[in-house]
Amino acid sequence: MNSSVIVFPGSNCDRDIARALEKSNFRNKMVWHKDNELPKSDLVVIPGGFSYGDYLRSGAIAAKSNILHEVIKAAKKGCLILGICNGFQILIEAGLLQGALLRNQNLKFLSKDVCLKVVNNKNKFCNKYKKNELIKLNIAHNEGNFFTDERHLKILEDKDLIAFKYCNTNGDIDKDSNPNGSINNIAGILNDEKNILGMMPHPERMVDSIISNQDGIKLFNSLLN
Amino acid sequence: MKFSVTVTLKKDVLDPQGKVVEQTLKNMGMSALKGIRQGKYFIIEINEKDDVKAKAEVNSMCKKLLVNTIIEDFEILKL
Repeated sequence: MNSSVIVFPGSNCDRDIARALEKSNFRNKMVWHKDNELPKSDLVVIPGGFSYGDYLRSGAIAAKSNILHEVIKAAKKGCLILGICNGFQILIEAGLLQGALLRNQNLKFLSKDVCLKVVNNKNKFCNKYKKNELIKLNIAHNEGNFFTDERHLKILEDKDLIAFKYCNTNGDIDKDSNPNGSINNIAGILNDEKNILGMMPHPERMVDSIISNQDGIKLFNSLLN
Repeated sequence: MKFSVTVTLKKDVLDPQGKVVEQTLKNMGMSALKGIRQGKYFIIEINEKDDVKAKAEVNSMCKKLLVNTIIEDFEILKL
């Protein structure tokens, strides 16, 4: 499978993702934000970091970059798009996913491992996980507090477009296990067609048991399935 | 022609920064304080002599980039 990782000035998780993809045998290319052409890709990953220094709003400037025009075109044709952390913020600013990512409710930059529940495994990104499987991934963000209006929230819940929710180690989805104040403990959402996933936690940081755990590998392996 | 644009979070959106500033001012003894919303302020110069056209240009800048209209409101004033 061919993948592309988009690199912006200020991206800092791009190489971690490239390594995770290569570990799952993707043929990966790094693509610079000024490029006007996207290499042939089955998957495009928009990595985390601080694209353009988070100027204006996180992801707002990156969403207007040359390469994003191509990513939007590819997304409309059904190409798989994965946005992680700042990548999720960019997908929202680009209009590929709905809602908004506000500042964390406690106003703190959060960098820690959190427990997640795989709420929907019937999609290209999560099919190697079991439904309601509990996994531990790392979060590292300042604006991860997902917010949307009631109408959209109902659509997300009714159409099963929520991929991950924050929970505790027993799997309870409650206020105490919500690190950033996101509505309904949402950590990752899909678009209607389920070819686009945006998520705040970092699966690419969890692919090697020497430095963390391997809970992220299944996400990359799901894409091959 | 110069315009100012003020961007604030919509009233239904929680503004944690504004809340902290508000609480701090109250702690400092500013008891008359009723509420604070924090926002952004832009000063924009436009190469256009026609008022209406210039304002329309600024409005389009707001909608296309400066403002996330899902969570933010904005107000344009001529300076």
